[in-house]
Amino acid sequence: MQHTPFDLQLLNACAAILLLLSFAMLAQRRIVALVNLLALQGAMLFIATLLLAWRTGQSHLYVSAALTLGLKVIALPWLLHALIRRLQVQWDSEPLLNVPGTMLVGLVTVVFAFGLAQPIAQLASTATRNSLGIAVAVILLAFITMITRRKAMSQVVGFLSMENGLFFGAMSATYGMPMIVEFGVALDVLVAMLVLGVFFFQIREQFDSLDLHNLESLKEDQ
Amino acid sequence: MEFAVLLLTPLLGALLLAAWGARPRAAEINIALSFGTFLAALAVTVRVINEGNLTAAHEQFFLDPFNVFLVTLTAFVGLTTSIFSRPYMRIEAEHGRLSQGRLRLYHSMYQLFMTMMLVALTTNNMGLLWVALEAATLSTVLLVTLYRTPASLEAGWKYFILCGVGIAQALFGTILLYFAAEKVLGAEGVSALLWTHLAAVKGELEPTVLGLAFAFLLVGYGTKVGLAPLHNWLPDAHAEGPTPVSAVLSGLLLNVAMYAVVRCKILVEGALQSTLPSKILMVFGLLSVVLSALFLWRQRDIKRLFAYSSIEHMGIIAFAFGMGGAVANFAALLHMTVHSLTKSAIFFAVGHAAQKSGSQKIEDIRGLLALNPTIGWGLMLGSIAILGFPPFGVFASEFLILTTAMKQEPWATPILLLALGVAFAAIFSRVQSMVLGQPTGRRLPHQPALLPVFAHLALVLLLGLYIPPYLADWYRAAASMIVGN
Repeated sequence: MQHTPFDLQLLNACAAILLLLSFAMLAQRRIVALVNLLALQGAMLFIATLLLAWRTGQSHLYVSAALTLGLKVIALPWLLHALIRRLQVQWDSEPLLNVPGTMLVGLVTVVFAFGLAQPIAQLASTATRNSLGIAVAVILLAFITMITRRKAMSQVVGFLSMENGLFFGAMSATYGMPMIVEFGVALDVLVAMLVLGVFFFQIREQFDSLDLHNLESLKEDQ
Repeated sequence: MEFAVLLLTPLLGALLLAAWGARPRAAEINIALSFGTFLAALAVTVRVINEGNLTAAHEQFFLDPFNVFLVTLTAFVGLTTSIFSRPYMRIEAEHGRLSQGRLRLYHSMYQLFMTMMLVALTTNNMGLLWVALEAATLSTVLLVTLYRTPASLEAGWKYFILCGVGIAQALFGTILLYFAAEKVLGAEGVSALLWTHLAAVKGELEPTVLGLAFAFLLVGYGTKVGLAPLHNWLPDAHAEGPTPVSAVLSGLLLNVAMYAVVRCKILVEGALQSTLPSKILMVFGLLSVVLSALFLWRQRDIKRLFAYSSIEHMGIIAFAFGMGGAVANFAALLHMTVHSLTKSAIFFAVGHAAQKSGSQKIEDIRGLLALNPTIGWGLMLGSIAILGFPPFGVFASEFLILTTAMKQEPWATPILLLALGVAFAAIFSRVQSMVLGQPTGRRLPHQPALLPVFAHLALVLLLGLYIPPYLADWYRAAASMIVGN
């Protein structure tokens, strides 16, 4: 049996933890904890990028890792925590589907994700190609988090987790995107969060709550 | 040089207007900046006509017949919308719907939106295209919620989340595209996302990966185009935002998103050596036409009505691009132009009509012809144009699309004709009731600017009667480029 090098094992462990964290987010209903999980996911992404940079010796991956650390581990969680404090949102209301049900759907999704990633992974020449399935799974699980939540804040956390999955996917398939694109994407994410911050205050001012129940009046035949 | 001016004018303008704040003449500065952008676009166009395709900034930006005409169109509609918005926003402020701070936000974001549209059109880098389209969404989210009413917040949230999720799919598609390109163009990553390089080697790109990439890209950018069933954000965002924003969303953003879809389609079709992407585009297009025609009947809000009409026309354009072939592509490009001009003209007229009546509800708007003949005629003629009456340009493009459909996809023709008929009846009956009848309304504190409405309609009329030869050549060059050989 061929022996997997230690750093690759570490990378695979990071990928596995990333997926576990996605499941944890699916089950977590406290918003503060949800943001912490997101930060942890960012940290895993940071470690994985760093390991990969060290392994492949590609300098742009170090920049990418620094970007992940700054944005996804420090800036965004800090911003979200500040928002949570100011807006005093603690708990999400009951999700649309109960936790065991969501978990089951999540499991099926993971199987589907691996099936989807299989043909691409076979074509990839990167050492991390096996993680591609995990990346797709993280994206899809984040998507489920988004659609089963009622609070605006948890939907945003889901959105950011999806972004994490996308970055991880880019990394495992191609060792990251061209630098200019990565910067652009990071900038967009940051601006999106700032816009959302403003937006939350507007919603709050108008409805006294961040529950999306309030945002259901625009129907077709009003 | 002209290129730098084209992109930097609106970008610096956004900063200037943010700093300018509530001081007087912000609206005039907005017009001046848009005019500058338009002049730069014209200069760039002239250069492309004389010298052929252009690239700039280490090939990160490029112009070819396909995007240069959209650049001119975008800059033109940007200019006329800024002219329209000056009295419109003033009236809104006077009616107490907007504060000075929000006007500052509006002006600054308007210029930023224009920058992002132009970057998205001119960039050669498929990754930057993604970045610019996302940035364009972000810059308009706060414009949709400008009035801070519950409904506008809901519309803004929907817009943000749906387009955000959609565009995340497009990012995944872009990653897959890069993945396939890297194998052919080398891992250095410098040229692997550049469209011109990709187009040169599209036959060698891995078909399975590109097929998957197209699915994601189509869903992602298709959400922005407003293709059914991903169109939910569109009517809300159009109806709840200020009217100049509705005009640029319908007239520009949808076009640019469609442009992104077509760019992706060219690559994928080259790699797949099959017409599957075209078939998918055709089905999405047809579905949009049919669904929006049905939804048109249920609309009671005038801006929602025309937002659904935008979905319908985007469906027609998607269908035409899907059919492919030189004639269909030519017609699709023409339809993009005339739809953009007509729909923004309609929104200008609709905006003032709603201000006059104090409501966007169709049943509250009556007797526009008696109340203000220019607004009334503007809305009437605009609706006639968009419904495809000859001699307006929409007739010419729809006629071309239908006749090509009869030849290439006969099964689709009756569906298209029926949907167009249903849409016609729905819009015409409503517009008639608004334009005729007993007037109810109030005086506006400022003279509305209706010159843009008639300028747009005159252009549409001109395009219906006579397409200048250089413009026709241009469309033809773009159309044959999209065909891919």
